[in-house]
Amino acid sequence: MNCSEADVLINALLDGELDAGHASDVEAHVASCHDCADKLASLRAVRVAMASAGLKEMAPAALRDRIERALPAASASPAGAPASIARRAAPWRLNRRVFAGGFAVGTALSAAVAATLLVAVVRDDRDQKIASEVVSAHLRSLQPGHLTDVETSDQHTVKPWFNGKLDVAPPVIDLTAEGFTLIGGRLDDIDGETAAALVYRRRHHVINLFVARHPGGEHARGGSEIHHGFNVRHWTDGGLDFWAVSDINAGELDEFCKKFTAAAHPAPSS
Amino acid sequence: MLDRTQQISAASWKAERDIMSADADPDRARRFRDAALPHLDDVYTLAHYLMRNQADAEDAVQECYLRALRHFDSYRGPEIKPWLLAILRNVCKTEFARQSERPVAIERSDDHAPVEPPAWQEAQSSPEVELLRRHDAETIRRLIAALPPQFREAIVLRDINNLSYRQIAEVADLPVGTVMSRLARARSMLRAAWNAEEEPKP
Repeated sequence: MNCSEADVLINALLDGELDAGHASDVEAHVASCHDCADKLASLRAVRVAMASAGLKEMAPAALRDRIERALPAASASPAGAPASIARRAAPWRLNRRVFAGGFAVGTALSAAVAATLLVAVVRDDRDQKIASEVVSAHLRSLQPGHLTDVETSDQHTVKPWFNGKLDVAPPVIDLTAEGFTLIGGRLDDIDGETAAALVYRRRHHVINLFVARHPGGEHARGGSEIHHGFNVRHWTDGGLDFWAVSDINAGELDEFCKKFTAAAHPAPSS
Repeated sequence: MLDRTQQISAASWKAERDIMSADADPDRARRFRDAALPHLDDVYTLAHYLMRNQADAEDAVQECYLRALRHFDSYRGPEIKPWLLAILRNVCKTEFARQSERPVAIERSDDHAPVEPPAWQEAQSSPEVELLRRHDAETIRRLIAALPPQFREAIVLRDINNLSYRQIAEVADLPVGTVMSRLARARSMLRAAWNAEEEPKP
């Protein structure tokens, strides 16, 4: 890593926006570069000063009052409830999966210094969390005896095996003819939810395809990334979230995803 | 100024209320309140730093909540805060365009214009305590207010509104890479301005 790459990444490090691998790369550079170490210290000082200056503004009471009174629900609130009291409602519940959000914005490259590097390493916390859970689950599955709960290349055996074990019915598709052999399935856990894991083999490489119910309210998205050396692909289809993980190269994993989705929709559609 | 604000707002809110009462849906309105009102301070904070005066900031926030309510049906999550801030930002942009031909328009972008090299090298011996001692909150506010709009926006969204890079990208409708480089530039400029403040005045 050179100083011009580090320049922007130091900010991202400070903001907790780097994955563990790139964070340690930046830290290693900073440890060996006096200028960048100074910069990091200086940026920390800026942040501390800003944080302690109390820069956040409070909306004036009169403004809050005007907005409160104008909202139609004010008339539906209990009679006599003073409209001027600031309602501190329960915080908006965050949807647990915006896994692909970071990918979507990351695909448009800017001319910024090291942008090609940046978009690959910046992840939302939850993106990172799920991506790392998917990779961890993949790694767990490679331990002896953990790969499959039901071991068969027959999709008609694997599919019913999931019945009653999951609240979704994952599509189980045999892609042997396409060069990806279905070798079984198992139950796994992604982001605290039980997920189906379909296991495929390509030569001596294993592909785990995780399938879980997609939380409602979001449009289908997709994305790809490299996490700890593994290729990860995510997409949404028919109310389900799909994550494909493998150590095969990116092109082959893309091919797998394409074949899988094509087979899931026999009638050509997009 | 305040009178003008109140007149405008009273009129626009009345119009909106009339629209709303046509097919008032208490449940929808309640959902909007519960979702949007907790972020009022955040929305106002961004308006404050973008508009740089209280009356305009209040107008912008009010217009933002009007538009948000109107378009609440089209809101599809997952997070409402970036959505509200994006609306606010658009309101402020429109306001800037309407107000004058001042070259302060938010959408103006000169990311790649040459900039004085930040005085990082001189910063070696400025410990945090020293920095805090010399620069009170007012100075910091003044320096942030003096940043060009696109850099001011980036630093406010990140360091004051606490948005993630992805959320800032969503609000400002920019690639994450641009958010990162703007933020880096914004902090460099701010730090350089602080260093300049520290220089003894002749």
